[in-house]
Amino acid sequence: MNQSRYANSVQLNDQGQLRHFLTLEGLDRELLTEILNTADSFVDMSAQSVKKVPLLRGKTVVNLFFENSTRTRSTFELAAKRLSADVLNLDIKSSATSKGETLRDTLWNLQAMASDMFVVRHSDSGAAHFIAEHVTPGVAIINAGDGRHAHPTQAMLDMVTIRRHKGDFSQLKVAIVGDILHSRVARSQIHVLNTLGAGEVRVVGPKTLLPKYIETLGVTVCYDLDEGLRDVDVVIMLRLQTERMASAFLPSQGEFYKLYGLSRERLALAKPDAIVMHPGPINRGVEIESEVADGCQSMILKQVGYGVATRMAVMSMAMSGQTTQ
Amino acid sequence: MNIAITGGRLIDPANQLDGLTDLFLAEGKVVAVGEAPAGFVAEHTLDAGGQIVSPGFIDLQAHLREPGLTHKGTIVSETAAAVAGGVTSLCCPPLTQPVLDTPAVARLIRDRAEEAGNARVLPLAALTRGLEGEQLSNMVALRDAGCVAVTNLGQWVSNTQTLIRCCEYAATHNLLLFVRAEEGSLSQGCAHDGATAMRLGLEGISEVAETVEVARFLLVAEETGVRLHFGQLSSQRSAAMVRDAQQRGLAVTADVAVHHLLLCDEDLDGFDSRYHLRPPLRGALDRAGLREALASGTLAALCSDHQPHEAAAKAAPFAATEPGMAGLETLLPLGLRLVEQGVLTLPLLIERLTSGPAGVLGSDRGQLAVGADADICIFDPAASWTLSEASMRSTGRNTPFMGEQLCGRVSYTLVGGRIVFERG
Repeated sequence: MNQSRYANSVQLNDQGQLRHFLTLEGLDRELLTEILNTADSFVDMSAQSVKKVPLLRGKTVVNLFFENSTRTRSTFELAAKRLSADVLNLDIKSSATSKGETLRDTLWNLQAMASDMFVVRHSDSGAAHFIAEHVTPGVAIINAGDGRHAHPTQAMLDMVTIRRHKGDFSQLKVAIVGDILHSRVARSQIHVLNTLGAGEVRVVGPKTLLPKYIETLGVTVCYDLDEGLRDVDVVIMLRLQTERMASAFLPSQGEFYKLYGLSRERLALAKPDAIVMHPGPINRGVEIESEVADGCQSMILKQVGYGVATRMAVMSMAMSGQTTQ
Repeated sequence: MNIAITGGRLIDPANQLDGLTDLFLAEGKVVAVGEAPAGFVAEHTLDAGGQIVSPGFIDLQAHLREPGLTHKGTIVSETAAAVAGGVTSLCCPPLTQPVLDTPAVARLIRDRAEEAGNARVLPLAALTRGLEGEQLSNMVALRDAGCVAVTNLGQWVSNTQTLIRCCEYAATHNLLLFVRAEEGSLSQGCAHDGATAMRLGLEGISEVAETVEVARFLLVAEETGVRLHFGQLSSQRSAAMVRDAQQRGLAVTADVAVHHLLLCDEDLDGFDSRYHLRPPLRGALDRAGLREALASGTLAALCSDHQPHEAAAKAAPFAATEPGMAGLETLLPLGLRLVEQGVLTLPLLIERLTSGPAGVLGSDRGQLAVGADADICIFDPAASWTLSEASMRSTGRNTPFMGEQLCGRVSYTLVGGRIVFERG
């Protein structure tokens, strides 16, 4: 596909290594597996008493968040610090751009501070691509979520979780449930699950929250949660933004929970050893029952820990791809 | 000045002419086709050997950006781009600052165009005051100030009662209504609501945004008798709806922008903001259907939908950029791609650029019979060139065809018998 070729021409160096990390679409299984392996080694390291490695020593990482985030930003910060980088957190939403500065100007100003890596979250799809195309050569861009397009580090940490707890992707049936339409996480998960050869990927939700043409990404579409959960190994619940009611995507939280909320009874339709994941933050009683979120099949807190390791993997690989090209 | 144009292949579809024919001009008019009139002494002879001589092109949609948006383009710069592309008359929409909803703005545009001395500028007036979709504009005064039609472009008239009154009033005074079919509540996105937008996570604009407005306008036209012209249709289904209405006998016409016949939504891959257009580039099937509709005559005209922008307007993430591409200088070479690809014959392409749009406007331009205004384009259909910033006269360099090899280039453009463009 065009998109894969295009994205890779931006995010890979001439030796096929990561130099930016913008999208999972188009990355091959070998590279994805390398990310998973690297992340795994950092997971093991975080169990040790000394948690720091010098891979990014002397480098400056700027967390450039145009949208609010607690979890993603703090795990990126922690990841950068464990790689021995200096970290600057910038909450841009409340500063420059609200005074009319363009994204390009903001970027050029920050570059003048001689940063080596930008971790970018922005509400516009394609923002990370845009920045990667306009940034000084040698500076790595990590996409921490752009609009509805991609959230590649989240999807990779989900894959770390699945591989550590379920193993071989080819045997797995995965259901992604909820607001697929607005979800960058779902899009990235679908790409990576398919490239890693997952047995079946299902998306479950009402038509108002399922994008048209989603089946072209290689998923099975289910409108009924019971049908969608039957015999799956992995259930991924997505966060439901409460403002979806006001904009007529849904009648009410109550009706959504009744039809698409993950309760214990519903979870029983999945395989007995199925795992439950959620990118967080969770809405208890909106998309997931508390007992399920806190239950023994839930991976939600483990995901956060793997998030640090996965981000360390991606950041160190992109920085290395920038210096070897 | 007496001018003779000799040795060229004259293609004048309105007069069923296609052959090696000389043309003789005097006092701004065509005075003879074929043989020089007795006693004609040419003060200037243009050698058109190996080239096509055609009526000057009439572009039904080209934004000039003046008044108010002169950082994007001016009447001088954009009409210079027009004549470099063989366009001798163009309709400019009322999306200026201030909006073209008063005779004063119409006169200002016409005066500046006359001073510039390039192409003829035919302003389109706002259908409603301030293009706010609420009160009628002074349509008759605007017509008297030189506007050739009224249009809703840029503002969805959401209130159907208001729309019916607009149409009734326009029909009373026999005014032509240029429609941009865009249902406002469905047009918040930035890309065709297809598989590409879904993958890229761009908010879609459904085909229904267009078809539902085409349907509404067709029904209102049948009710009120207003004469409609749909500008820049983007979907196959809209074209089919217009065709059906024409077959029912409704006086309705439509045009298409040339880039909608060459590009499609798949080109958005990579988030290249030069492909951010309005209406959006739709799917390959729509492109095929629009090509067919242009060939069959359902779509009477091919336009540039020229929208020059300053560089900053396109330098942002896709959704945050301004839509539109600069198109006046590529109208002909892109049209010739359609000929090369077998969509149209060369005479039919010229028809869609000349007498086709003239017919929409009810104008007798777009043809070169004896007595006609000498608006003429002479071009070499085989000349190969590369589109570059340096080659462009428009202030806007926002075109996805930048750097491409194009075929077909204008050598001379004449407006009213005056040479307004000559390639050096």
